[in-house]
Amino acid sequence: MGQIFNALKVVVLGIGVFALVLGGIYSITTKLQSRWLEAGQRSLFLGPALILLTVGLIVPAVRTAYNAFFDDTPRHEFVAFGNFVDIFQSHDELTAIRNTVLWVVFGTVFSTVFGLMIAKLADRMRGEALAKALIFLPTAIALVGAGLIWKFVYAPSNQKYGLLNALIRLFHLPRSWGGDGLWLLNPPLNTFLLIVILVWVQTGFATVVFSAAIKGVPDSMLEAARVDGANEREVFFKVIVPSIRPTIITVITTTVIAALKVFDIVKSSTGGNFDTSTIANNVYDHYFISGSPNLGSALAVILFVLVIPVVIVNQRNQSRTRELG
Amino acid sequence: MTAVTVPSGAAGAGAAATAVIAEPRSRRISSWLRSSPGKVTVWALVFLWTIPTFGLLVTSFRPENKIKSTGWWTFFKPGDYQLTIKNYTDVLNAKTSNGDMGKYFLNSIKIVIPGTLLPILIAALAAYAFSWMRFKGRDWLFIVVVGLLVVPLQMALIPLLRLFTTGVHIGSVTVFPAIAGSSSFDFLKSNPVQAWIAHACFAMPLAIFLLKNFISSLPSELIEAARVDGAGHLRIFWKIIIPLSVPALASLAIFQFLWVWNDYLVGYVFAGGNNAPLTVRLVDLAGSRGEDWQRLTAAAFLTMVVPLAVFAALQRFFVRGLVTGAVKG
Repeated sequence: MGQIFNALKVVVLGIGVFALVLGGIYSITTKLQSRWLEAGQRSLFLGPALILLTVGLIVPAVRTAYNAFFDDTPRHEFVAFGNFVDIFQSHDELTAIRNTVLWVVFGTVFSTVFGLMIAKLADRMRGEALAKALIFLPTAIALVGAGLIWKFVYAPSNQKYGLLNALIRLFHLPRSWGGDGLWLLNPPLNTFLLIVILVWVQTGFATVVFSAAIKGVPDSMLEAARVDGANEREVFFKVIVPSIRPTIITVITTTVIAALKVFDIVKSSTGGNFDTSTIANNVYDHYFISGSPNLGSALAVILFVLVIPVVIVNQRNQSRTRELG
Repeated sequence: MTAVTVPSGAAGAGAAATAVIAEPRSRRISSWLRSSPGKVTVWALVFLWTIPTFGLLVTSFRPENKIKSTGWWTFFKPGDYQLTIKNYTDVLNAKTSNGDMGKYFLNSIKIVIPGTLLPILIAALAAYAFSWMRFKGRDWLFIVVVGLLVVPLQMALIPLLRLFTTGVHIGSVTVFPAIAGSSSFDFLKSNPVQAWIAHACFAMPLAIFLLKNFISSLPSELIEAARVDGAGHLRIFWKIIIPLSVPALASLAIFQFLWVWNDYLVGYVFAGGNNAPLTVRLVDLAGSRGEDWQRLTAAAFLTMVVPLAVFAALQRFFVRGLVTGAVKG
């Protein structure tokens, strides 16, 4: 009991101190001359976030970008774009880049489509809360558990506990489908099987967010469309989808980025072997296993470059939405 | 195509099971199937989504030798069901030099509450600035922030750890004290402060991105009106933005809570020993070579209890959760 009390005390204290500091600075800024007022308040609002971002992400990112132009010999010689040339000539790295593209495309498309479908079909259905909670369940499971759950699905045929192999036996399907029972050893099937895990986890997030958005579309709009003779399919694609477009873009962006960074699923299942490797997984290996951090940095830079178009599309859509709204 | 193969295989098993049911009822079922294809689709998907987890639930109550030698579905074959709660008692009773499970549970709570509230408060302040304060380079700064979403966690761990162990010094002036292993602050040693800061850093881009999308879509008339009445930024933020953003803040809080609670890597690196969270402890339970992984089946469900309770309790906030409102209902 005392421990719980102590833990709570620490938490309340920490947040209290933080709020007090902010409030204190604010009351000082209000007494400043108006020329400094704006600047002072701006740094108050942005400052804490920018400090955290700088310390935790910008400094490591800049350091990484800088290292990407040096080689991994003990002398750390400047090689300009040498690491990038190496990457685009290496079979392993190109496979990782190709796989990352597969993750982004299939992972995003399936989680978004399933999420939208479940959110719409379950809307106002009897048992909606239960259905949504069950779809959400995988999102609430720690990776420690998720890895284990899929071990029981994809286990190779020499282990009796693999669900997929049991189904193949039950229905007398050709064993070659799962690469003779060795599901995760068989490219390119194995990458798709791992993408299934991402879709399984990510759909819960998509469903919950879409469901909220769909409930935000006013009934009067739906009724008006129906009175005008639109069928349910048209109501969905011509009224609901356009109204929740900003939400769809948010979910797609979040999922694309989760797919670009995918690491845990690959690491805990195949370790990136058997052609299942992804960019993030190779970055980790270069950093912590094969002792070539600068090559890994170059790969990370490629990952960063891949996300730029996503951010720009997102930004443009947000500003367009604001003009319309 | 391949991504759907797995689910449809499992659906076959369900259909085969229902085929055994007597004739008249099956006709009733088939007419229900035809009349509401939407509901059927939803429940079929729910079934597929739940089967893997259900398998783990069944497994967690089976004895170790059965888990490792037969499939969990054999549990339903007559004469084969053996129930045990040994996996659960193994996990709950595990004592170490650092104490029992209750202690790690508390550690997780000590990490998760500030690890959720701090980044959300800080991100909300930044999201307000990005939405309603005018300054040069605002859009570019925001693009940089969102771009940081993609920095892999693994890349940032070592620089951040170095910061905590050595601090930041310019010449002889200490800008940021070394907080790891410092003897001067007892508070820093007995609390997972490093994990709070690390979680806050890594949460920042997504939290700012989601909250900015929401906060910038709030009606500008409200904010303009308050400004005309002489309200300053902090007053507007506190009295208008925060109350109107409760659904978005709550939704984000739920997800941030889930990520921090389920996190392993940050906890492993920044909150070791006496401050270790539940997930770190659970992985230890699997044994040094993973030989006792059957315990993880029970452990996975024990860690899930808290996130599910939080989700259930806060679900109603999702009504207008992270929705960025082009439509204002």
